[in-house]
Amino acid sequence: MEITPLGDSALLIRVAQNFDDAPGEALNKVLVTKCDLEAAQIPGVVELAPAYTTVALFYDPPRAIDAGAPIENVFGWIEQRIRQALSNAGEIHADRIKTSLVEIPVCYEQEFALDLDEVARHAGLHWREVVDLHCGAEYRVHCVGFTPGFPFLGGLPRKIATPRRDIPRKEIPAGSVAIGGRQTGIYPIKSPGGWNVIGRTPLRLFDPQKDPPALLRAGDRVRFRAITREEFERSTT
Amino acid sequence: MKAAAIRAGFLTSVQDLGRTGFREFGVSLGGALDTHALRVANLLAGNDESAAGLEITFGGLRLRFADDRIVVWSGGDFDARIGSTSVAAGHPALVRAGEEFSIESPALGCRAWLAISGGIDVPIVLGSRSGDLKAGFGGVKGRPVRDGEEFPVDDNPPRAKILIDRLGGEKIARWKPPHDWSSPARRTPTLRYIRGTDSGRFVELALQFFNNESFFVSPDSDRMGIRLDGPRLERSEEVDLLSEAVAPGTVQVPPSGKPILLLNDCQTIGGYPKIAHVITVDLPIAAQLCPGDRVRFTEVSIADAHALLLERERNLEQFRRGLESHFK
Repeated sequence: MEITPLGDSALLIRVAQNFDDAPGEALNKVLVTKCDLEAAQIPGVVELAPAYTTVALFYDPPRAIDAGAPIENVFGWIEQRIRQALSNAGEIHADRIKTSLVEIPVCYEQEFALDLDEVARHAGLHWREVVDLHCGAEYRVHCVGFTPGFPFLGGLPRKIATPRRDIPRKEIPAGSVAIGGRQTGIYPIKSPGGWNVIGRTPLRLFDPQKDPPALLRAGDRVRFRAITREEFERSTT
Repeated sequence: MKAAAIRAGFLTSVQDLGRTGFREFGVSLGGALDTHALRVANLLAGNDESAAGLEITFGGLRLRFADDRIVVWSGGDFDARIGSTSVAAGHPALVRAGEEFSIESPALGCRAWLAISGGIDVPIVLGSRSGDLKAGFGGVKGRPVRDGEEFPVDDNPPRAKILIDRLGGEKIARWKPPHDWSSPARRTPTLRYIRGTDSGRFVELALQFFNNESFFVSPDSDRMGIRLDGPRLERSEEVDLLSEAVAPGTVQVPPSGKPILLLNDCQTIGGYPKIAHVITVDLPIAAQLCPGDRVRFTEVSIADAHALLLERERNLEQFRRGLESHFK
């Protein structure tokens, strides 16, 4: 485990060297680490944010100093408390991580599927086969970011992996479901983006009036279900 | 009670000390780009230091209030007035109901923060009143303030009422905070940084360039980040990095070799290597950088960064205690 400063008020805890070799394992390690650090309530810690192989810990140095951290070594003091919290934790039990399975309805019809033909062409498949493959797999949220609530999903069938577009679009509509390299994701709000759009969900992925504001969090499992244009309309009204 | 923006200016938004606790959902920190300036201005206006105020970029704002208010502004070298009377940065000033407070384009720097007694009373969204202009929530309907727009301000707190009575004659208080606090803009700024998480991924020359050379602020800079132009910062290896957390102050380097200094509205994660992190106490100086400005960087230790931050907090605490006499 590597702990490095991310400026003077945050640090990165790297719990795995590699992600792609064993994504599930790295992700569980990250989630358990976050869980243990939350329980440890280290003085001065403001928040924790997981992403792939790392957990970022944000802290308020003056508060840590008030709690006893030496001014000349605040970082070392927090690092020591992190290592302590994580060594007491013992083995990783995946069942300690609370994750949910979320089904996302997606309309893959032409009007919403701006790049479905391109993905099909790249894969050498019929567009229906692309949709079947996309709906047939189970995914896991590896990370949430880019825009509020944007889930980076791992578990995309290799056959339909498609490189990002050379020129990103200036505006991708909210709810767009897309493929970027070996990941799939959903644009929660209207934003620019370079991924290949293959459909749209009527679900709201990000709602700042709710707590938590995002439908998905790191670790959650996701399945896509194809819906018709009529079902899409019914769900949005 | 209401405040009305007769003119909203180039870019004016509601900001407080930012939004924490939601980074894991991809929600940016946001908040005033110079939280220290806003905290100081709030204390001087008789508010809690965390009250929401206005962040004004390049000026052009004209404001009126429905009742008497204390206002305090700080930031770049702006020409601020109540009616035709000049108000210097950091001085608490009384704006009577119906009078106009205006702030014109700056001679130096680009941003100012305005505290209004009572604070701006827009709804709290995810723990903050700050407008997230990119994601479209918080502040005034998730967007910048518009010409002619009215927005709510909370009642004058007891301290502000004392000031309103006291400043009835002279209108503008003679006291102000330390000059650096209310006027952080610099002509040729040097920003201090600690070594980046990925400094090992750059060639030695890139690290030397970063620590010695001047960089120019590019026009496509905003609240997300300051894009810099200068000697190309080359990496020692061309590998794709997994996205991981970034924070305001992070200096990341895309394949172009031109660094980007991230500010409060930056994404929560990024995949470009991080060459440096500007220290917290220097972010107010960064917040004043304008397109075309020249800036340099110099390395310090993390212990120095913490000592400077602690010193600033202790000074602010002392300042807060010193203010008590004005509110009695």
